[in-house]
Amino acid sequence: MSTLILPRTTNAPGDVPDLPDSERKPLTKKETAADHPTWCPGCGDFSVLALYYKLIEKHQKRHEDICTVAGIGCSSRFPYFVQAHGVHFIHGRALAFASGVSLSRPDLHVFVFGGDGDAFSIGGNHFNHTARKNVKLTYVVMDNHVYGLTKKQTSPTSPIGFKSKTDVWGSTDRPINPMKQAIAAGATFVARSAASNIPHLLKCMEAAMAHDGFSFIECLSECVEFYPGAFDGSIPRKGGVFPEVPADHDVTDEYAAYKLSDAPAPGIFGIFYNVNRPTKNANEAKIIAENRTKVEGLADWQILKKNFDRMK
Amino acid sequence: MSDSTVAPTPVPNSPRVSQVSEAVIRIAGNSQDGIQAIGGFLARLAGRSEQEVMTFMTIPATISGGPSIFQVRMSSGEVLSAGDEADLLLCFYDHSYASHIGSLKKGGIVLYDSDHVKPKEELLTMYHHVGVPISSLTVEAIGGTGRDKGKNIYALGLLARMFDLNVPKLTKLIDERFGGKDPTIVQNALDCFNSGYGHQVQGLLESFQFHPSENAGRAQVVMSGNEALGYGILAAGVRFGAGYPITPWSDIMELLRRELPKYGGTFVQTEDEIAAISMAIGASYGGRVAVTGSSGPGVSLKTEALGWASMAEMPVVIIDVQRGGPSTGMPTSVEQSDLNIAVFGGHGDSPRVVLAPSSVEDCFYTAIEAVNIARKYSTPVLLLTDQGIATRIEAFPYPDLEKVCQDISPDLTPVVDHKPYDLSAPDGITRHVAPGTRIASGKYPVVTGLEHNELGHPGGSGKNHMDMNAKRRNKLRKLAEELPVPQVYGASEGHVLLVGWGSSKGPIEEAVKQSRKHGEAISSLHLKHLNPLPNGFGENLQWLHPRHRGRTE
Repeated sequence: MSTLILPRTTNAPGDVPDLPDSERKPLTKKETAADHPTWCPGCGDFSVLALYYKLIEKHQKRHEDICTVAGIGCSSRFPYFVQAHGVHFIHGRALAFASGVSLSRPDLHVFVFGGDGDAFSIGGNHFNHTARKNVKLTYVVMDNHVYGLTKKQTSPTSPIGFKSKTDVWGSTDRPINPMKQAIAAGATFVARSAASNIPHLLKCMEAAMAHDGFSFIECLSECVEFYPGAFDGSIPRKGGVFPEVPADHDVTDEYAAYKLSDAPAPGIFGIFYNVNRPTKNANEAKIIAENRTKVEGLADWQILKKNFDRMK
Repeated sequence: MSDSTVAPTPVPNSPRVSQVSEAVIRIAGNSQDGIQAIGGFLARLAGRSEQEVMTFMTIPATISGGPSIFQVRMSSGEVLSAGDEADLLLCFYDHSYASHIGSLKKGGIVLYDSDHVKPKEELLTMYHHVGVPISSLTVEAIGGTGRDKGKNIYALGLLARMFDLNVPKLTKLIDERFGGKDPTIVQNALDCFNSGYGHQVQGLLESFQFHPSENAGRAQVVMSGNEALGYGILAAGVRFGAGYPITPWSDIMELLRRELPKYGGTFVQTEDEIAAISMAIGASYGGRVAVTGSSGPGVSLKTEALGWASMAEMPVVIIDVQRGGPSTGMPTSVEQSDLNIAVFGGHGDSPRVVLAPSSVEDCFYTAIEAVNIARKYSTPVLLLTDQGIATRIEAFPYPDLEKVCQDISPDLTPVVDHKPYDLSAPDGITRHVAPGTRIASGKYPVVTGLEHNELGHPGGSGKNHMDMNAKRRNKLRKLAEELPVPQVYGASEGHVLLVGWGSSKGPIEEAVKQSRKHGEAISSLHLKHLNPLPNGFGENLQWLHPRHRGRTE
C-alpha cells in the first residue's frame, strides 16, 4: 500500500527572497487589511478590527506571525478581514481549536475573536476550561448583549427586561457577568474595555498580548442594528461615564477583581486581574522535557522499540 | 484441541500425554480475581513461544467487578478466531460453572475450584471434571493470611502443568509483571505459581503438549488492539492528540498521554468530546496531523466538527472504538453499529475516509495508513475498531520500526503564493501551508466551514458551491483508484459470499474454512476500506450475479 510510508510533506519550492527580518519593512494597515468587513455601518466591531491592525503595525508583527481564530457570529467574521493565517471555525468552539494551535505551535501567538453568544452560551464550557488550563492565547469578546447575525434574539449577556424576538415581553433570565465568569474560572488576565474608547482598548489589547497565559478582554461593542444605544451610559459624549479601575487597585487580588465586576451598568473599565501562573503550554513543555531525558539520544523508532521489546 | 495423538504412557496414576496443535482455554470468575492477568500471561507466553494466539474477554459494565471471562486460543498453526468451544474451562465460582459449562466441548475438561464450585451431577458424564481446592491451597501457599488473592496465579501453575508450558518463560513473565513493586509481591506470586505447578492433580486422565510452532524463529510482539492502534499512531509521527474518557476508547488515550511526551508530543484531556476534536483539528491546522477518538456516543458529539474538517479539508484522524449502541447502550460489549455515522454522519455532503482494521496487527499498520491518507488527501479519516478487537490480544511479527516510523513535522519554508482550495490544482487535492509560513504574495488563506473560494474567503455562488463540492468528492474518487481491491477468501464460485468488515475477518474466514471442509460452497470477502470503496470492487464478484450462476437452486 503506497500510503504505508509517506515522506515528510514540504512546501512547494519557489523563488522567495529570503530577507532577514531586519530588512523586511513593517506591515502597513493596507497590507494587513483583507476583505472589506461585512458589518453594518456604525458597528462597534470596526474599532476592534482597526485596533488589531494598529497592534500588528505598532509591534511590527509579520503576516506569518499572526494567527486569528474565530467561531460563529457577526464578530467572528473577523479572520476574513485580516491579511494573515486565519481560521473560521464552528460555533462556540474557537477556543478549543485555538488551544490546539497554541499547544502544538508554541511559536505562534494566537488571537481569538468572538461574540457573547459564542463565548458564554454555546461555547461556555470551553471558556471555563481554557481559562482554567491557562492556555497561552488572547481572547477578545465583542460583547453586544444581543444575537446580531441571527437578527435579535436574547443573548447570555442581555440585561433583564431586554425585548428581543425570543423574549417579546422582555428577557427574564439573569445575564452572565463575563468578568466574574472569567475570574472564577481561573483566567490569569481579565480586562474590560469598550469599542467606543479606542486608546483604552488599545492599551488593554497590548497588555493582553504581552501576558503569558490566557488573556481575556470583554469589549463592549454596540450593535447599531439590534441593540442601538446599549452602551450609551459608558460614552461620555453621549452623556455617559467611563469609570476606570481605581489607580490603587491590586490586579493580583482576586476578591478585589470580583468586587469590581459587581459595579452596576456601565460597569468599570480596565485591567481587573493579572497574575502569573504556569501556562498549560509551559506545563506540557516541562512534562516533555522530563520525559525526553529518559530517552536521550534515541531516535523515535528506538523509543518505540523499547516498548515493543517489553511486549515480546 | 484437534489432531490429538495418544502417547503410549499407560503408567498408573500418571495422565497420558497428548500432542496437540492448539488449545482453547476459557477462564471464568469475577473481574477482580485477576483472570485477565493470567489470560494475558498465557497470551504473552504463546507469543514468546512463536505460537499464534487470540484472546476474547468480557468485562462487566458495573463499577466494582462482577462476572467476567477471559478466553485464550493458543496454536502452533494459524489462529483466526478466539474459538467457539473451549477445550478446558477453568472456573472459580458456581456462577462461572453454570454460565460457561455450555461453552466447553463435549468431553472437555472442567477444572474447578472445589472450595466454591459444586459440580452438577447430570454433567459429570458429559465433561471431564477435575476439582482442586484452589482457594484454600492458595492461602496455604502464601503462608495462611486467610486471603486467597493470588489464586489466579495458583491456577496458572495448574495450567502450566497440564499443558506442559514453558516454566522459565512463565516465571520470567510473572517477574516482569510484579517486579519493581514490593519484593514480597513477586515472591508470593512465584510461591502461588510453584505450588500450583507442583500440585498432584487427582483424577487427571490427560495432559498436553503443543506441537512445535509453524512460525518457529519468528520474532513476535503480543498486545491488544487498542495498544497496537496507539503505537501505530506514534509510529505514524502524530505528536498531538486530544480526547475525553469513554469506554472502550480510554485505553488508547491513556497510552498516548503516557507515551507522547517521550517523543516531544502532547495529549490533552479536554472538557468534552467536542473540544477534543476541535483541539485535534486545531493542532492539525498547526501543520501536523493530530488524533482524537472516542466510542459511539462521543462520535455523535463530534460530527459537527468532523463536517468542518470535511469542508475546510483539514486532515485529522478520528478513532471510533465501537461498542453496543444506541445511546449509552452496552459500553463493555462488542457491536459494529457505527458504520452509518462513520460514513454518512453529518449534514450536507461531507466526504470523509473510513477504514476498519481487521486484526491486532492490522490496527498498528492501519493507524499509519490512516494518518497518511489524511495527509495525502487533506481529509478527515475515521478509524473504526470495536470493543472486541480493542481488548483482544494477539501475537504478530515484530514490525520493522525503523522503516515505518516517519517524520511528519511541518515545513515552514516561505512560499511564493498559496491558494489552499485551488480548483486548478493538477491532482485536484487541497494543500494547506501551516501558520507561521510566509507567503510572499502577501495574500493569506483562511480555513473555514463556510463555502469558500480558492483562498478560503466566503464564496456563496451556486457554481462555486458545485465546483467545491465536486473537488471534495473527487479526491476520494482518486483515493479509490489507489486502494487495493479486496480478494475473495475461499473460491470465486458458489452461492454464498459472506461479506464482513473490521474485526469480524478472522471469525468469518474460520467459518468459511470449516464450511468448505464440509463441502459447502461458501466464500467470504472482507472490507477494510469502507469509504471510499476501492475501485474495481465488485468486478471480481461477477460470478455472484444471477446470470452467471448455474440453475442449481
